[in-house]
Amino acid sequence: MNIFGVISEKIALDQSDKIGKVLVYIYLLLFFCFLILPLIALMSKSMQNSDGEFIGLANFAIYLKEPALFSSFFNSLFVAVISTVIVVILGFLYAFALQCTCIPLKGFFRLIALVPLLSPSILAAIALVYWFGNQGILKSMLMGNSIYGPIGIIMASVYWTFPHALMILSTSLSLSDARLYEASEVLKASKLKTFLTVTVPGAKYGIISTTFVVFTQVFTDFGVPKVIGGNYNVLATDIYREVVGMQNFQMGAVISIVLLIPALLAFAMDQYSRKKQTAQLTSRAVVYSPKPDKLRDTILLIYCLIITVYVVMMIGMAQFGALVKFWPYNLSLTLEHYNFEVAGLGWNSFFNSIRMSLYTAFFGTIIIFIGSYIIEKMRSDKKMRDVLQLIALMPMAIPGIVLGLSYIFFFNMADNPLNFMYATMSILVVNTVVHFYTVSHLSSITAIKKLDPEFESVSLSLKVPVYKMFVRVTLPVCLPTVFDIFIYLFCNAMTTVSGVIFLYSYNTTLASVSSIHLDEQGDVAGAAAMAMLIVYISFLVRGIHSLISVSVLKRTQAWRNI
Amino acid sequence: MNKEANYLKIHQLNKSFEQFTALEDVSINIQKGEFVCFLGPSGCGKTTLLRCIAGLETQSSGTILQDNRLISRLPTSKRDFGIVFQSYALFPNLSCFENIAYGLKNQRWSKYAVSTRVEELLELIGLSSHAKKYPSQLSGGEQQRVALARALATSPSLLLLDEPLSALDAKVRVYLRQELKNLHRRLGLTTIMVTHDQEEALSIADRIFVMKDGRIMQSGSPEEIYANPDNPFVANFIGMTNFLEGIVKGPMQLDIMGKIIAFDCKSFHEGEKVKVAIRPEAIEFTQSSKKEDGFSGNVVEIEFLGSFRRIHIETSLMPNELMIVDKPILEKSKKKIKIGSELNINISSNFLNIYKKDK
Ligand SMILES: Nc1ncnc2c1ncn2[C@@H]1O[C@H](COP(=O)(O)OP(=O)(O)OP(=O)(O)O)[C@@H](O)[C@H]1O
Ligand SMILES: [Mg+2]
Repeated sequence: MNIFGVISEKIALDQSDKIGKVLVYIYLLLFFCFLILPLIALMSKSMQNSDGEFIGLANFAIYLKEPALFSSFFNSLFVAVISTVIVVILGFLYAFALQCTCIPLKGFFRLIALVPLLSPSILAAIALVYWFGNQGILKSMLMGNSIYGPIGIIMASVYWTFPHALMILSTSLSLSDARLYEASEVLKASKLKTFLTVTVPGAKYGIISTTFVVFTQVFTDFGVPKVIGGNYNVLATDIYREVVGMQNFQMGAVISIVLLIPALLAFAMDQYSRKKQTAQLTSRAVVYSPKPDKLRDTILLIYCLIITVYVVMMIGMAQFGALVKFWPYNLSLTLEHYNFEVAGLGWNSFFNSIRMSLYTAFFGTIIIFIGSYIIEKMRSDKKMRDVLQLIALMPMAIPGIVLGLSYIFFFNMADNPLNFMYATMSILVVNTVVHFYTVSHLSSITAIKKLDPEFESVSLSLKVPVYKMFVRVTLPVCLPTVFDIFIYLFCNAMTTVSGVIFLYSYNTTLASVSSIHLDEQGDVAGAAAMAMLIVYISFLVRGIHSLISVSVLKRTQAWRNI
Repeated sequence: MNKEANYLKIHQLNKSFEQFTALEDVSINIQKGEFVCFLGPSGCGKTTLLRCIAGLETQSSGTILQDNRLISRLPTSKRDFGIVFQSYALFPNLSCFENIAYGLKNQRWSKYAVSTRVEELLELIGLSSHAKKYPSQLSGGEQQRVALARALATSPSLLLLDEPLSALDAKVRVYLRQELKNLHRRLGLTTIMVTHDQEEALSIADRIFVMKDGRIMQSGSPEEIYANPDNPFVANFIGMTNFLEGIVKGPMQLDIMGKIIAFDCKSFHEGEKVKVAIRPEAIEFTQSSKKEDGFSGNVVEIEFLGSFRRIHIETSLMPNELMIVDKPILEKSKKKIKIGSELNINISSNFLNIYKKDK
C-alpha cells in the first residue's frame, strides 16, 4: 500500500480552466487600465497645482471658498431633487395605470413611455426651447419665468428619465401580492386606503430604487443643463467650463470628485434596496389581476393621455423645428437644416456616431458576455472572479462626464503607453463600453445563471473543451439576451453626450456632441435636425432588431417554443 | 477479495468546504463490472464523492486509482468516465442526435462513423424515432435515456450516475431502474449510482455503500446490508426497524424485558445493556393465551400498504414508541386484527441484531 503516500492535493488544470484563468487576469488588466487607473489619474489631478506638483487638498479649499462654484452644487441638488420627486410620482401613477388597472391601450402607452429612450437627452431641451423659449408659442404660460434655467432643466429631465423610472416601478408593481389586496377588500377598506396601505408600501423598494436612479441621472447629467440651463450652473456644466473654457484641469477634477461622491452614495443605497427587493420577490406567490373600476380607470386613462401628449409634444416639436424654415416667422417646410453648414459638425459626425455605436455594440457585447460567463462559470480563482464582479458594477456609479474627464487625464499623459489611443475612435469606443458596462453585464449574468450548472461538467466529461461548448451551446441559447445587449449598447452609444464630450477630436466628432455645438452656435434648428437623425437611426435599428427577432431567432430558437 | 480485480480504489479521501467536512476518511474499492450505489440521506456527501471521482471537485486529501492509474490529480478531461446528472443537463438547442453525437464530433470521427454510433445508441435506448427532436419535446424518462446515451457514446469504462431517476414519477422510475439494470448486464460497465432512495439501491445494486455525514457506514450486498446492518443507523435507514432494550446474560443469552432468547452475544460482555433491532416482518403474533410465551400489545393503528398491512402496536416492550409489524395481506390469521385488538407478540432470534447502547 505504499502507493498511497500523502500527496499534497492539487488537481492539474484542464485546458479550459487554463484559458479561463488567463481570461480572468486579462479582464482584471483591462478594467485596471480603462477604469481604475483613469480614476486614480483624476484623483491625483485634483491634488495637483497647474505645474503638476502635489498640493494636497488645497484645490478643494479653493473650491469651497468660491461661492460661484459652490452654489452649483446646490443648483445640481435642487434640480435633481425636484425632478426626482416629479418623476417618481408621475412614473408611479403611470406604472400603476399599466399594472393595476383595466385601462385600454396598455401596449400603446407602454411604447409611448419608452420613446424617450431612443432620443438623446438634449432632444427634450431643444423642443422646450421651441415651445417656451424666447420665440416659443407657449412662452406666456411660464408667467414671466424663463425656460432657460431650473424650469427647463427639470422639464427636460423629467422627459428623458421617465422611461427609466417606469421600468423599475412597473417591475416592482407587477410583483404585488394579490393576497394583500384580497385581505384589504375583505376588511372593506376604501379604494384610496387600499392604494395607500397596500399598493404604495408593496412597491417600496421599487420607489426607493427609482429615487436613487433618477436622482443620479439628473444630478450628473450634462447635455440638458448645457442646452437649456442658461446662466443656471450645475456641477456637470461647471466641469465642462473649467476644462474646456478655462483649461483649469485641476478644478475640473475637483468638481468631478464633488459630483462623484453623491453619485457613489446613491449607487450604494440603490444596491442595498435592490437586494432587499429580490429577497422580497422570492416570497411572493399570488399574482394580482386588477378588476375594472370606472372612475379610477377613466381618471388614469386621461392621465396616461396627458403623458402621451407631453412625449409627443417633445419629439414632435423637435421634428417640426428641424423641418421649419425659420421659427417662428416662416413656417414653410424645408430640409435645409439637415445640411449642417457649420464645419466639422455635419453628416460626417453622424456617420462617426454610427461607426462608433456599431463598434461599441459589437466589441462591447462580446466583451461583456464573455466576461460575465467567466465570472459565473469558471471553477478556479473564486476570489479574483469576485473582485471582477465587484469592478463590473462600478461603472454604473460613475457619471459619464467624470469618466470622460478621467480618460483625458490618463490617456493624455505623455509617458502612458496607451497614449496612442488619445483622440482616436478607439478611446470613444472604450469609454462608451465602460460607461454602459454594468447594465448589460447584469442582464448577461441573469441569462447565464439560467443555464444548467452542469453543462460545463458534461462537456468536460465528454472531452470537449469548454470554449467549444460556449460557441455551440451557451451562445446560441443566450442569443436573445446577446441581441438585447447589442441594441442597448448601440442606442446608448448613439445618444450619449456626457461620456464623450471631452474625448472626440476633429476627425471623430459625434452626432450628439454636434447637436450640442450646433445649439451653442445658435443653430437650434440644426441641433434639432441632428438630434432627430439620432432618433431615426435608433428607430431603424430597433426595427431591424425586431425583424431579426422574428426571423433569425425563430429559427435558431426553435427548440424554445415547442 | 481479489486485490487485482479492484478497478476503482479510493483511499482515505477527505473533502472539506472551508469549515465544513463533506467527506471524512472514505476508503472504498469497486470491482470491474460492478454496479454499486452510494446511498444515504440528503447532504451526506454522496454527490461530493461522485464529483471527486469525476474530478469536478478537488479532494482535500486522499487518492483515487482507476485501473491502477492514479487519477485523483488529473483534470476532468483526462479521466475516463461518463456521467449523468440529476438534471440531465441536455443541451437544449441541440437535437437528441446532436446531443448524443456531442462527444464524438470532437474526437475526429468521420461523419459516417458518428451517425452509425449514434444510431446504435439510439436503438440501445429505444428512441430511434426521436433522433430529430429537441430535449424539450421529450418526456422526463426519454430525456434521462438520452443523457445516458450521451454519456455512453464515447465508450467510457466507468459510468457515474447522480440520482438519475429522482426527477421521474414512481412508475417510470421503476421501469427505468430495470432498464438500467438490463443495460448494465449487457454492457458490463462498471457503474456507480448515487441515490437517497433505499428501495432503488436495494433493487438495482450489486453492492451498496451506506453513507452518513461524509462517512461510509457500511458496505455490502443488498441482502447483507438488510439482514445484518452494522449499526443502528443503517438498520433504521435501510428498511424499518424496531429498537428494543436488552441485556446480555451470557455468550448465547440475551434478555429482552425478562425473556431470555438464545442469541450470539459473544462480542459483548455479560451484563452489558444493548440495543436490539428487529425488522417489522420478523415479529410474529402467537395465539397462545399463556402470557409467559411472549409479550402483549394493543393495536393502535393499521396502515394498508398494498401487499401488506403495517400494524402499529402499543406495548411495554417499547415504552417510548409504537412497535411496527408488517403482515402480508394473504397471510391467514385466525383472529382478525382490528384497532384495539390485544395481541401476543413473539420475538425470535431471526432477523435480530444487537448494538452497543451508546451508538
Ligand atoms: N460547493 C460547496 N460549498 C460548501 N458546501 C458544500 C458544497 N457542495 C456541497 N456542500 C455541502 O456538502 C454536503 C454534502 O453535499 P452533497 O451534495 O454531496 O450531498 P448529497 O449527499 O449529494 O445530498 P443530496 O441527496 O441532497 O443530493 C452538504 O451538506 C452540502 O451543503
Ligand atoms: Mg446529491
